[in-house]
Amino acid sequence: MTMNLFNQFLSPTFLGLPLIAIALMAPCLLYPSPAPGWQSNRWTTLQNWFIGSFIKQTLSPINTKGHSWALLLATLMVFLITLNTLGLLPYTFTPTTQLSLNMAFAVPLWLATVIMGFRNSPTHALGHLLPEGTPTPLVPILIIIESISLLIRPLALGVRLTANLTAGHLLIQLVSSAAFSLLLSQTTAASLAVGLLLLLTILEVAVAMIQAYVFVLLLSLYLQENV
Amino acid sequence: MADRPVPVVEKRLMDVKLGELGTWMGGRDFTPNGLLSSVRRGYERYYNKYINVKKGGIGGLAMLLAGYITLSYVWEYNHIKHDRWRKYH
Repeated sequence: MTMNLFNQFLSPTFLGLPLIAIALMAPCLLYPSPAPGWQSNRWTTLQNWFIGSFIKQTLSPINTKGHSWALLLATLMVFLITLNTLGLLPYTFTPTTQLSLNMAFAVPLWLATVIMGFRNSPTHALGHLLPEGTPTPLVPILIIIESISLLIRPLALGVRLTANLTAGHLLIQLVSSAAFSLLLSQTTAASLAVGLLLLLTILEVAVAMIQAYVFVLLLSLYLQENV
Repeated sequence: MADRPVPVVEKRLMDVKLGELGTWMGGRDFTPNGLLSSVRRGYERYYNKYINVKKGGIGGLAMLLAGYITLSYVWEYNHIKHDRWRKYH
């Protein structure tokens, strides 16, 4: 039973076709584009409200030049939230548990903010490497430390998303298999496990949404520093 | 009631008689463009019936998700069949 725990994260194939491609396209089908009429249906209105309020909140600390990132950040947020929450349904595959996918999101976007910062105002960007008011003997060490923290950001972005989702899915599988196997012999223990499972599921739904939000928020923060 | 005679190929699938099925399949457009347009037509039929309505409920989305779950189950069956507790039931 222990060997099977990570089987749920294997990239599924069906007759040789990688299904991750189809799992990645699933969010596109769930978001209808607005109709040309003056009043849209409930789903489109909900979608518009959500994206509008999210972008307003995320882009408010960023100056006008950075607002060209609005479409990218909105798409990223909606995509990640949908992928994460769809992965909580039974038997579905969550592409965001694959480190490769999350790094593919994190590295190019982070690198874009850094390169933009260095191109537009290199002194300002380099100045971020030294916090204000540090005593002079500490300066060399602090610059090294700040550079390391800058370089580790994409790694942290990708691994954070992967680890949170993978851990959540693993916990759900462990607790549910424990509850199931205990169901007939020790019913009280099984009911405790079921209670834990309910709480865990609620947590997982929250984590799914929060992790997407954190990803985009941090990215907007890096953008704010550099734009 | 006497319907106007319609060529077999243009009938909707539910109106095609069993014997005419072969002719119907032979006359359909299986080029990539044709397949794409049939997918798009199907999507718009579903969308306009269940989602693009004034008081759409959770049913439209729920049916889509239920279909997604069953499709995922079918795809993952080859992995999941090893999780059985008994080999022979």
